[in-house]
Amino acid sequence: MAAIEVRDLHKHYGDNHAVRGVSFDVRPGEVYALLGPNGAGKTTVVEILEGHRAATSGEVSVLGFDPSKAERDFRDRIGVVLQSSGVENEFTVREVLEIYGSAYRTRRSTEEVLQLTGLEAKADERVGSLSGGQRRRVDLALGIVGTPDLLFLDEPTTGFDPSARRLAWDLIEELGAGGTTVLLTTHYLDEAEHLADRVGVLAHGALIAEDTPSALIDGISGTVVSFQLPESIAPGDAVATFGPLIDAPVRVSGRLVEATVEHSTSVVQRLTGWAVEQDIELAGLSVTRASLEDVYLQLTDHDAHGDPTQEGTA
Amino acid sequence: MNPYPTDVSLVARQIRYQLTYFFRIPVALFFTIILPIVMLVLFNAIFGDNTVSVNGAEWPIRQFYTGGLAAFTAVSATYSNIGNMVPIRRDEGILKRWRSTPLPTWTYLAGLIGSSIILAFAGTILMITMGAAFYDLSIEWQKMPAAFVTLLVGVAAFAALGMALVSVIKTASSSAAVVNATILPLAFISDVFVSTDDDGFLNTVANLFPLKPFVNAFQDCFNPFVDGSGFAPDKLAFVAAWGVAGALVAIKRFTWEPSGAAPRRGRRARRAAAEASA
Repeated sequence: MAAIEVRDLHKHYGDNHAVRGVSFDVRPGEVYALLGPNGAGKTTVVEILEGHRAATSGEVSVLGFDPSKAERDFRDRIGVVLQSSGVENEFTVREVLEIYGSAYRTRRSTEEVLQLTGLEAKADERVGSLSGGQRRRVDLALGIVGTPDLLFLDEPTTGFDPSARRLAWDLIEELGAGGTTVLLTTHYLDEAEHLADRVGVLAHGALIAEDTPSALIDGISGTVVSFQLPESIAPGDAVATFGPLIDAPVRVSGRLVEATVEHSTSVVQRLTGWAVEQDIELAGLSVTRASLEDVYLQLTDHDAHGDPTQEGTA
Repeated sequence: MNPYPTDVSLVARQIRYQLTYFFRIPVALFFTIILPIVMLVLFNAIFGDNTVSVNGAEWPIRQFYTGGLAAFTAVSATYSNIGNMVPIRRDEGILKRWRSTPLPTWTYLAGLIGSSIILAFAGTILMITMGAAFYDLSIEWQKMPAAFVTLLVGVAAFAALGMALVSVIKTASSSAAVVNATILPLAFISDVFVSTDDDGFLNTVANLFPLKPFVNAFQDCFNPFVDGSGFAPDKLAFVAAWGVAGALVAIKRFTWEPSGAAPRRGRRARRAAAEASA
């Protein structure tokens, strides 16, 4: 049986259709990442699965429970790291782990949780005195204190410095290896690529792609050609200048020109031929395999310029 | 699989947690416990030699103040404390976090309400003790059961009204204003700070609300000119009825999640809506 089963899930907030017909399964022990731009409906989906929101229609089963009933046995088996949720500022880290941990049937010891989340040194400090990243670790600690079978992580590493992020990744990998199912939402493509067994891409409340990260990358069968925009060409003219040479949609961000192309050899030949002819140096010219970020940008590109009134409530 | 912790241990832990929380927030401690004590000391220093007329007899105002301010402390610890604190916890997402754990929701509420009732009793007993020690408060033992029952009915009703208030307040930024706007003007006409004329218009208004009946019922338990057991069943029934109404509103409307900012109303919002739909 799947740990999470979602069938044709819809959620309307008045006229706003935040989630429109999403279906997916998460297998036991799997780390599944939901990716998508702000307002794509990620948090709405996750909060329905956690039991914090009711679906407008569709079927949802989580660990065999109907989450909308929010039964005690259900809440005992899940761990929830919400996107933004306060912790008692006037209590120490140790105190909040004790009080929240005491609600569960099977709990991890406070010492173990402190060690797993790297909070040993902060154990006796009040939550209110911690930095943003440290507080996020307290969130993570409270998510795992009840030894969940299924852990929901809504953008768990936002605000982390690189080393804290690496520590969180190690923890999530360790939990995954130990059989915990993880449903993750994230903005960080490298996070999904690194952690997730499978990725679902949400845009405007619909699942537009779903596969393993490597299969998604292979699926776009492209190569990324990029270079610095030459001084002599204004950013506004970049698309007009390079579009015909590259023969693929050109992305310009700052002075970086980028395109995902099918046949990189001939594109590079045309580009370099043009550059030599014009006596222009194409600084930083590189040809790389597409990353999950390219997949994501390609999938969500036309949506990003869609009707702004369709933006969902994240 | 281990069993869940027992309900008794969960409620006890929640009460201890809420009390710890309370004592670590200086502003809550100040307004709930310390301010009424300061008022007791100041009022007695300023007006202590005056008397109030009760049933044709002259009652020392020291005793009037102690009973009234003690009852007001009980209201502060329940109604004002819950009304101020819970919207903040809700906006911070702490209520939602608890809602994600297997803690039965009723035990959270029992801890919250139970702790405020304990605070109310502690504050009231402290005031009564000060009154007896320094301000000639007459403690007649045959009236103490009535004092206890009156206090119990009062704190239960005002805790329920606090929960009702929480369920209609949208955001924490408005909670302090709403709490004070509802309780302070009422306190001025409810024999807490000053004695009001028994026949006046203000008295009629005050008697529509539960504060004055509660304050008077409690004061009577310490009033040597009131005979008998000190029980005031009509006043207690009236206070209890308000409490039940409060509980019903709270049960119907209480939410664990912030509801966001209140929607804009009024001309500008309507014009914007009309333009949007045009």
